[in-house]
Amino acid sequence: MDELAQAARLALRLITEFDSALVDIIARSLLVTASATVLAAALGLPLGALLALARFPGRQMLLVTVHALMALPPVVLGLLVYLVLSRAGPLGFLGLLYTPTAMIIAQTLLILPILAALASQQIEELAREYGELLRSLGAGPWHAAATLLWEGRFALATALLTGFGRAAGEVGAVMIVGGNIDRATRVMTTAIALETGRGQLALALALGLVLIALGVGVTVATFGLRALARRLSAA
Amino acid sequence: MSAILPLTVEGLGFAAGGETLLAGIGFALRAGMRSVVLGPNGAGKSLLLRLLHGLIRPTAGSMRWSAPEPARVQALVFQRPVLLRRSVAANIYYALELRGVSDAGRVDEALARTGLTALADRPARVLSGGEQQRLALARAWATRPELLLLDEPTANLDPAATRAVEEIVAAIHAAGTKIVMTTHDLGQARRLADEVLFLHRGRLVEHRPATEFFAAPASEAARAFLKGDLPW
Ligand SMILES: Nc1ncnc2c1ncn2[C@@H]1O[C@H](COP(=O)(O)OP(=O)(O)O)[C@@H](O)[C@H]1O
Ligand SMILES: [Mg+2]
Repeated sequence: MDELAQAARLALRLITEFDSALVDIIARSLLVTASATVLAAALGLPLGALLALARFPGRQMLLVTVHALMALPPVVLGLLVYLVLSRAGPLGFLGLLYTPTAMIIAQTLLILPILAALASQQIEELAREYGELLRSLGAGPWHAAATLLWEGRFALATALLTGFGRAAGEVGAVMIVGGNIDRATRVMTTAIALETGRGQLALALALGLVLIALGVGVTVATFGLRALARRLSAA
Repeated sequence: MSAILPLTVEGLGFAAGGETLLAGIGFALRAGMRSVVLGPNGAGKSLLLRLLHGLIRPTAGSMRWSAPEPARVQALVFQRPVLLRRSVAANIYYALELRGVSDAGRVDEALARTGLTALADRPARVLSGGEQQRLALARAWATRPELLLLDEPTANLDPAATRAVEEIVAAIHAAGTKIVMTTHDLGQARRLADEVLFLHRGRLVEHRPATEFFAAPASEAARAFLKGDLPW
């Protein structure tokens, strides 16, 4: 019990004193996850719009693939990315394994299907509401797609937050492709998973508290967005 | 710019899901007068407007406009206003931009003519039902259409809002736009119609000047409709 209390005290001190190892890990985590979220948004939102609005051969296949990828266990996804990036793999020559870039790739692939699925669902709904109006006003398909993305901006921002939260809390995939290397690829989740057992209880606890705060922050932001959307009658 | 009217419609039909919903519709639509499409619920009034507007394709017959690209000089006002999730002014500007007009002055003009100037910066979807329909009219008017199609624009409105909409429609007409409007409100039809197209079960049963139609309907269906015997 004493040991726990001491670890908790130490954890709080690490946080309040901006311990450099702690800050290093948090900063890397945020950078990796934010990059992955931006990338996944850049790819996933247009993909969602395409799935919702366009009719092309292979669309059904793509839809199934997106949903199957959503169900893929993250650790398996990590394994697949590892195989592709490992020295013997097809992209091994890039030398990306055990770098933050590899982790960004893994997290991007992790949340891309979620974003694409949420976006396509949202845009399909909006298309039902606005499809005839947009055609009546003379909007071409590209213009209509852009308009629908904008009309869904609050819901899509919420989806981004969901993706960010999912990526930030994931551990298996980034462990496999990152390797939890100190000052290089160690992020909050991998540090907690691996450092706890090595007696770094205070560091793990401090990171756990930060992750909880991050989760609360994402939730509050989500509710804030919903409230704003309601107030503007934009939901 | 050459005018899309007159329009000649011949043998126009629309079928969906194995059912014939409109058949053998033929009429000429001339500029100027206000044409009101009357008929009981399910007669095919909305379908006819959507065919005219090019939102759906006819499965039979022809529509011959006097100029190409008729949809570009038309506007359609839906029964329930469909407004974008942005400000009142932005809703109008959006429609103008799609017509290649980036003129904020036109937005102000449309707002002023529909009494919405004070609401310009409000989110469109917080407006009352009547205000929303006025905005839909403002958006249509701003593009200065040659032909304005209105699908029961006052069906969900109270009497005061209905009057406001009718006044705006009258003003748009006075400014030179051809009006084609569906309604099942007989009072409204009497107030606004110059000519009546009476639809019944997917057929055009009568197409006559309004005064004649209301004074002496030629068909049994129209007589029943005017007496209120047909459900609308
Ligand atoms: N896309 C469609 N597929 C099948 N039936 C339709 C479709 N659109 C309309 N209908 C049917 O066509 C008939 C006429 O519809 P509508 O034009 O909306 O009537 P109204 O005169 O009340 O406006 C109705 O019975 C309606 O259910
Ligand atoms: Mg109708």
